[in-house]
Amino acid sequence: MNVKTGSTLIFRSLRPCLSLRSSCRGHQQSASQAPKHPAKRAERTEFRPAATSKYDWIGPPDRLSNLRPIIYHIPEHETPQERKLRHLRQETEDWNHEFWANQNFTFSKEKEEYVRSQLSAKGLSERDDDGRKRTLSIEEMAVFYKHFLDKNIARHANYNREWYRRNFTITLLMARVALDNTWRTLTGQTRGTARGKGKTT
Amino acid sequence: MYKTPCSRLTGVWKCLSRDGLVGVGVQQKLIANVARSHMSARRLIQLCRRDQAEWMTFQHLCFLKRQYVKSSSVLCQRARPKQEHVASVLDDRDDSVVRQVQQIPALKPEPGTVAPPCDPTEPEAARAARLEARQWKELKVEYSDLPGIYARLSKLKLTALVVTTAAAGYAMAPVPFDPVTFLMASVGTCLSSCTANSINQYFEVPFDSNMNRTKNRPLVRGQISPLHAVSFALACGIPGVTLLTLGVNPLTGFLGALNIFLYTCCYTPLKRLSITNTWVGAVVGAIPPVMGWTAATGSLDPGALLLGGFLFSWQFPHFNALSWNLREDYSRGGYRMMSVTHPGLCKRVALRHSVGLIGLSALGPVLDVTTWTFPLVSLPINLYISYLAFRFYRYGDRQNARKLFFCSLWHLPMLLLLALTCKKSRVPQDEAPVAPSTPSPAL
Repeated sequence: MNVKTGSTLIFRSLRPCLSLRSSCRGHQQSASQAPKHPAKRAERTEFRPAATSKYDWIGPPDRLSNLRPIIYHIPEHETPQERKLRHLRQETEDWNHEFWANQNFTFSKEKEEYVRSQLSAKGLSERDDDGRKRTLSIEEMAVFYKHFLDKNIARHANYNREWYRRNFTITLLMARVALDNTWRTLTGQTRGTARGKGKTT
Repeated sequence: MYKTPCSRLTGVWKCLSRDGLVGVGVQQKLIANVARSHMSARRLIQLCRRDQAEWMTFQHLCFLKRQYVKSSSVLCQRARPKQEHVASVLDDRDDSVVRQVQQIPALKPEPGTVAPPCDPTEPEAARAARLEARQWKELKVEYSDLPGIYARLSKLKLTALVVTTAAAGYAMAPVPFDPVTFLMASVGTCLSSCTANSINQYFEVPFDSNMNRTKNRPLVRGQISPLHAVSFALACGIPGVTLLTLGVNPLTGFLGALNIFLYTCCYTPLKRLSITNTWVGAVVGAIPPVMGWTAATGSLDPGALLLGGFLFSWQFPHFNALSWNLREDYSRGGYRMMSVTHPGLCKRVALRHSVGLIGLSALGPVLDVTTWTFPLVSLPINLYISYLAFRFYRYGDRQNARKLFFCSLWHLPMLLLLALTCKKSRVPQDEAPVAPSTPSPAL
């Protein structure tokens, strides 16, 4: 427990405030061995599932991107297909996180700037007499919302295309992996043994 | 895990704010809970007996709990991520509520928890890590949760509305009522709608995560995998369309498949590309009553198109009013909706189609679908929704948008009900007025 607390503290201090990019792929612990301490997803979370868990774990929505991170379970004898699927899912998750973190951050920043510029154009200060932040009316904000959408239309369209493509690929691969596993179970093959139909001697 | 304490808390909080006095029942419960700690009980009763002017604040409650929990060390709970018990049952609650609840230690110990004493010197980082660990859920599908998950995946309430409009279409058709066909048409429409909604949610996971309205959907929370959702969609869609094609008639089956295609492959991607998505969505909404009619008659009559027209026109005041108050979310999520990009058009279209409903109602007797009483009895509700649409057009504020939206929710069922009551009854053949079609041989 102490080691974990210590490592948690270290990770927290190293974590940048705005992690717009995650540099590492998370390959989390395998079921059989003692939990290794993966240093890879340190930027986004310090949570580590127990070693005995055989399932993936999903976390709370990320602060920046509102997407939920997943820690993937690595089975004992992972087939190449399963590894490819896991890598693809992890990579898509990171790519998604980066896009949305960027999007939300840019939106907030531009919204603040817009509000500030509108208020200064009217000659008002940022905070009113009660110390509360001044807000603009819905109609004034609507101008900003429209502008934001129009400005980003190409970017959104590209993201859309890419997201659909990745989603399809991942689902097809998941289907293949599931079918392979079912086939293996039905024909009585076990993982990681000598290939062929048999049991080991 | 959080249901009982939270609901108790909510009960207390609601009780307090409503009449200023802790309700007797809740008081008893609280007292029962603190019974072991005399000090805390006395304090609680003292607080309760204060006069109405002095409210028991949330801070008092937290303070009491702290006292109670500290004094009885057994109850001081420190949550460890226990993998075998961690609730893979994700609450229906909003995440924000779950986060709030996690700030408060539970009043009762979790069964099987080892409770080390609370460490007031626990470093902040470790505490935060512990709280975060509680929010991680194992992605293990509990079979008992599946019905609820499927219900949310297929947007069951919306599906029910769609099936109702299809049933109304069937009922309005000028043919004798056949319960078997009716049932098959309803089930087929239900399954098709489930498919369309599931595929829609499958496509929209990252967008749904970022909008408040949709962030508790099953795929967003990871309650099932994308493959599972697609399999469910196929398991609903294939039998659904097959049932419609073989059990009802091919035209209805075709319309069902067309609707699924329009919704998943046209409307869903278009939402992020162009404002024409609203018109496509209106067509999607208009097809179910047409399907109901064709299930009954087997052909695409003007009456079917009239009913479809009702739904088509109704969509605009309904959706435009809804989207008016979600402009920020739509903008941030990258959705191109009229309310954001063309606000003037949004209001005009809503008004135009609300008024158009009056005209469509007048077509009822013209097309022999309803009697002449229908335009008259439906005039009040049509005028009311047009009035609200006019106010929305004129003022364009949140209040008027909300009013228009909520009006549209009851307006449609009322309209369909009135149409049903004013349905033109078909005189049966043998009672038809005797008018010899052939000249009598005697003459």
